[in-house]
Amino acid sequence: MITKLTQNIPRKESWDKVTGKAVYTDDLPITNHYCARILPSPHASARIKSINIQKAAEIPGVKAVITGQEYSVLCGPTLLDRPPLAKDCVRYAGEPVAIVVALDEATALQAVRLIEVDYEVMPALLSPLDSIKKDAPLLHPQISSYTHVVEDIYPIEKSNISAQYHIRKGNIEEGFANSDIIVEETFHLPPSDHLAMEVRTARAEISADGKVLITTASQSPFTVAKDIAKAFQISPGDIEVHVPFVGGAFGGKANVSLEFLAYMASKKVNGHPVRVIIPREEDMTSAPSKLGMDATIKIGAAKDGKIQGAKFEFHVDCGAYSDIAPYMTKAITADCTGPYNIENLVCDSYCVYTNHTYATSYRGFGHLSYTYCVERTLDQLAKKCNLDPLKFRLLNAIKPGDLAPNQVISTYSNTGNTALCLEKLKGIIHWNGPQITNIDENIVRATGISCLWKAATPPSNAVSGALITFNSDGSLNLNTGVVEMGNGGQTNLAQILAEKLKMDINKIHVTLNVNTRLNPEHYKTVASISAYMAGNAVVRAADDIISQLKSIGSQVYSCKPEEIEVSDSKVYCIKAPTNYTEFKDIIAGYKTEGGASIGEPVLAKGGYMLKGITVLDPKTGKGRSGPSWTVGAQAVEIEFDKRDCTYRIINATTVMDVGQVLNPNSMREMIMGGMAMGLSMASRENYSYNKQGRLKTPNLRTYKLLHIGQEPKYKVEFVETPQTDSPFGTRGISEHGIIGMPAALANALSLASEVNIRELPITPEYLWKQRKEKYDS
Amino acid sequence: MIKYYNDLSVIELHVNGEARKVTVRPADILLDVLREQLGLTGAKAGCKNGDCGTCTILMDGLPVKSCLVLAVEAVGHELLTVEGLSGIAPIQNAFVKYHAFQCGYCTSGFLMVCHALATTKPDADEYEMERWLESNICRCTSYQEIRSAITEVLDTASRQTERSTYATIS
Repeated sequence: MITKLTQNIPRKESWDKVTGKAVYTDDLPITNHYCARILPSPHASARIKSINIQKAAEIPGVKAVITGQEYSVLCGPTLLDRPPLAKDCVRYAGEPVAIVVALDEATALQAVRLIEVDYEVMPALLSPLDSIKKDAPLLHPQISSYTHVVEDIYPIEKSNISAQYHIRKGNIEEGFANSDIIVEETFHLPPSDHLAMEVRTARAEISADGKVLITTASQSPFTVAKDIAKAFQISPGDIEVHVPFVGGAFGGKANVSLEFLAYMASKKVNGHPVRVIIPREEDMTSAPSKLGMDATIKIGAAKDGKIQGAKFEFHVDCGAYSDIAPYMTKAITADCTGPYNIENLVCDSYCVYTNHTYATSYRGFGHLSYTYCVERTLDQLAKKCNLDPLKFRLLNAIKPGDLAPNQVISTYSNTGNTALCLEKLKGIIHWNGPQITNIDENIVRATGISCLWKAATPPSNAVSGALITFNSDGSLNLNTGVVEMGNGGQTNLAQILAEKLKMDINKIHVTLNVNTRLNPEHYKTVASISAYMAGNAVVRAADDIISQLKSIGSQVYSCKPEEIEVSDSKVYCIKAPTNYTEFKDIIAGYKTEGGASIGEPVLAKGGYMLKGITVLDPKTGKGRSGPSWTVGAQAVEIEFDKRDCTYRIINATTVMDVGQVLNPNSMREMIMGGMAMGLSMASRENYSYNKQGRLKTPNLRTYKLLHIGQEPKYKVEFVETPQTDSPFGTRGISEHGIIGMPAALANALSLASEVNIRELPITPEYLWKQRKEKYDS
Repeated sequence: MIKYYNDLSVIELHVNGEARKVTVRPADILLDVLREQLGLTGAKAGCKNGDCGTCTILMDGLPVKSCLVLAVEAVGHELLTVEGLSGIAPIQNAFVKYHAFQCGYCTSGFLMVCHALATTKPDADEYEMERWLESNICRCTSYQEIRSAITEVLDTASRQTERSTYATIS
């Protein structure tokens, strides 16, 4: 049986996951492991005057206590600005200050509580807008001396700005001069959390000859090896990284952090295996979160609704350390308009330090934040132009030949078809303009829409690889470095391979765990580009198999290699298809009836390197920052109760240009998962800090997520505009469902409540306060 | 200053139909003992605070959060973990069929709640189903997939109950 791309395939790891057999990092045996716990800082900003570890070290069973004073290591994926353990000062509440290594967790925890730290508390900066004030204290006075890991990061000396990116396209003065209607809005979006169900954890051990083994819940196993090597002067080849199943990540496990602590802990106890575990509360406060944002959006349009110009200013709240936030700021800048053609454009984006928990990549890589601000403004503008917001978006949707903000020329291949997504959405939701429907005297129903787009912003030299070996029954082993964290990446790759080899996917086995010693390097399982990068590697490995089989086959059937066909796990000459050889009889070399041996074992490989990605011009933002966009259009329908401002989310719809449908149910559910996360975030998730800068909601009792029964009915439909350089034309979709959801929800609720919503999350309390202000004034 | 009781006692737990002896401190929670001493790692720690449900197991057929149960409290009760469903509970097949998981971390907990509902209240309506399942959190799926899976099992279960042929797995 030949598996097609468009067939619905259950995940390869399905039965592991429904029987409890799927092993995640902390499911591995612990009997030989010491346990390490961290001491988090209780202050958002403080000088560490002294640390007394004596009482902690004296507890029986405590093997070591480590403080930041012992190391002068700085880490970070863009700018080396973060000590793995706080040194001299703390910059956010939750920052790891010390680690205790003990025989077991209870002992470690007991000792952690006995560490005495003398802090001198300093004023905390809790908003990027405060951080950029002239007299603001500097979080990183030494910012100019930090090592740049990437070339395109531009910190501003003696400031709290770790990176800045700009767009100058067209003539903005002319754009606004030609505008009949101009809308300017300001937005405030708080940080929030990834909240993967698996709490982050990492293990380390060091052999007597210095070989390091790290086992971790990470999206970036190959980066873990490189970063630890760099930080502690070890040869990267001496570090082996294992990643078992990962229990959700959403970008939050792309950063390298606990791995450093695990290494330091094991090093201190002579290489003994150590597991660093953190409770949910520390996963929320100590480990990185999603960025916050303050934005000013100004867009002008002619009376007919054609956008003439736009000016955006973004202040990204990256928290205490930059991590990958500079690159999220870059991604925000490069894609700042959404999928619209805006010829005259100015965008100034700043990545700003605050004393919040530092931010790392989060599903959508910043796109959901700017999309919210832009799409809310577009709705306001459409209203002032007296235009249907959907028609208004259609009128301005980016088309082939238009220039993206980074001045890349848009094509159907590199962008997809935004207008078609909008047209299809219009039909599905029976859109007939913005309408408020009265359900009864108190309840009204309204729908809001939003477009989305996102390009990945990987480095130009990012690599991926695929290795394929055979089993004696003719089945294949597909070996890649893609992490299985819920993305279904392995199943997608197997399906691409099955399509390419015209074979049954059940005869393809995949590697569900990553071992950097065995698997070929895959950049990181991030940015929705695994199917693109690893997929291209798989396609090349499949070509390698076909070419080897054609070569052996041509000898077996005494014909030309191009006359050999490979299909349904069989090899034959096209002149005589019934006289075939099954894979099992040819993959280890072919033996003739006479006993002669032909060929050799088939071992295949495919490598892929991302090329043609350039830095953005620091002044104009011109440059190719990613391989391609994925576009879509979304709608959210709500029921709003005018009495108490409560609401129910009734329907949520997405039409996405996926390039080519691959495993349709799986694709649909990946997009639905994104939509659910977006609605949860937009309706209730908030990193609210108290005046001292401590998180008020550091657990699942106070930080609420969407539960079953609160979800709308989801609908996902596809548009297929192939991306020509991607396997079979597929596009990245894993993150994208989240991007327009907050905006669509806000647009629906603004219509229903008559509140100009400019914040997140949209709680009934927020709506009530806004309405009260409106009616009181 | 908290007083720590670190002395160990041997207790016997009935897990998945077998009697197992374990050595515990008074403060040890059932979740840790199942995972660390019996290797039953299907139940996961998600918050150790009773808020997320990833550690849900069945105690005498009803769901409990094993992070909120002391190991010593579990003596004398029948415990069922996801490993005890043995791959033959209808809900397991339904989860595969409807893609009711992505990362799989919350799956064991959801399966146990669903299984308990299907066995103890096979005629549960949508309202009851939601009340049972809202104790758990899934961050990856949209819940629609889990809803489809449990709905099919409940429908199947109630039809079979009418014919009095529904068999429970213990």
